[in-house]
Amino acid sequence: MNVPKELKYADSHEWMRAEPDGTVTIGITDHAQEALGDLVFIELPAVGRKLKVGEACAVVESVKAASDVYAPIAGEVIAVNTPVTSEPESVNEDAYAAWLFRLKPLDAGALDSMLDAAAYEKLIAE
Amino acid sequence: MPKQTPLNAAHRAAGARMVDFGGWDMPVNYGSQIDEHHAVRRDAGMFDVSHMRALDLTGAGARDFLRYALANNVDKLKEPGKALYSCLLRPDGGVLDDLIVYFLREDWFRIVVNAATTDKDVAWFRTLLAERAPSLSLVPRDDLAMIAVQGPNARAKVWQALPGSEGASAGLKPFQGAAAKTSFGDVFVARTGYTGEDGFEIIVPAARAQAVWDALAAAGVKPAGLGARDTLRLEAGMNLYGQDMDESVSPLCAGLAWTVDLASPRDFVGKAALVANPVHEQLAGLILQGAGGVLRAHQKVHTSRGDGEITSGTFSPTLGLSIALARLPAGVPAGEVVSVAVRDKSLAARVVKPPFARHGKALVS
Repeated sequence: MNVPKELKYADSHEWMRAEPDGTVTIGITDHAQEALGDLVFIELPAVGRKLKVGEACAVVESVKAASDVYAPIAGEVIAVNTPVTSEPESVNEDAYAAWLFRLKPLDAGALDSMLDAAAYEKLIAE
Repeated sequence: MPKQTPLNAAHRAAGARMVDFGGWDMPVNYGSQIDEHHAVRRDAGMFDVSHMRALDLTGAGARDFLRYALANNVDKLKEPGKALYSCLLRPDGGVLDDLIVYFLREDWFRIVVNAATTDKDVAWFRTLLAERAPSLSLVPRDDLAMIAVQGPNARAKVWQALPGSEGASAGLKPFQGAAAKTSFGDVFVARTGYTGEDGFEIIVPAARAQAVWDALAAAGVKPAGLGARDTLRLEAGMNLYGQDMDESVSPLCAGLAWTVDLASPRDFVGKAALVANPVHEQLAGLILQGAGGVLRAHQKVHTSRGDGEITSGTFSPTLGLSIALARLPAGVPAGEVVSVAVRDKSLAARVVKPPFARHGKALVS
């Protein structure tokens, strides 16, 4: 299972990348896409929406099942990756390239308390 | 611990994602389930269906017994090897199971039932047998495995993989089977399936299942899991027991009136209840209009005649959009646009008559 070292993770299977400008890019992990199977529908949050920690803000649906994506940290949606909605399979192909949305975090240190790659690997191995 | 079929090790070695299905540890997909689906519509795929159980009913008077026990009429089975789809009903008309019955000899019928319902079915048959035909014997064939090979090239690949099988099976018509002597020993080959494609279901002694599976794989038949099996059967407009009908539903409200023989004078279990109760529901097809989500079981459907519910829904790989089977009030016509509650939204779907796709082609748009 692919778990890049430089990313942070939530136990609800989102990955987070700190960008140089202080924003955070968010997607679902390789483990999550593999468990869901072939994705066929993705719904993204509206730009400008303010999210609380743990708020359901996007939907990924595979042939098998629908799954909510949760905001792992609080913040405002400043961008969404619209092309994934017309090509949901791009998340199956590379879950870390096919990001879903980008937040301006409410708390600049929010990522510090998230799982690192080793901790996430341990979580999905259980 | 879920039960394992004789092919369990083969699935795990192939990297299958395994799930508990009706008490059995079964492969849901090996890689992309959409690729597995397309392999069956366009070429050839195979499914381990060894979790389904063959029940051998033997003895003089077997046909008489089945004439009473089953909702479809076994008198339609005239030549040995012919198969019939039927519901097994409760006295109140609810569906205990759906099954395929093969006429092998006048004193030997083979009934293939669903995995999760096997124990319930055997108990029911034994109760009926004790009342009506105590001299007959019913034996669950736990020693047999079943492999479904489906797709436009399925039969040719079976003949290539199992030398000796072609002579016995080349002349089979749909819903007909025959014993075949092959290089893998004696097998039973039937031209049946659950995908809307041509193909065979092969019944083989459990000890030789892995060798047959490997030979089929070597001939280019792609292993396919329960995920693809579900999208294929749904496109083909075929019901799944426990989802599209169960003990609380009459077959006449579940799109299965064509399998219930009410025309002949014979009596059968459930007949009086079916005749007495008006048909107030239908099982219809739905096609999602536009994007917005995927139709799923248990979503509510609002129609001009009242509310209904989706019983099976998925994304159709052949059509490239979402489809469903739904239990709707009787009288909702094909072509009506209904609204479906998908999560927090209300989405438009069009009522159609299934099937959605068979033999590699979309039948609706």
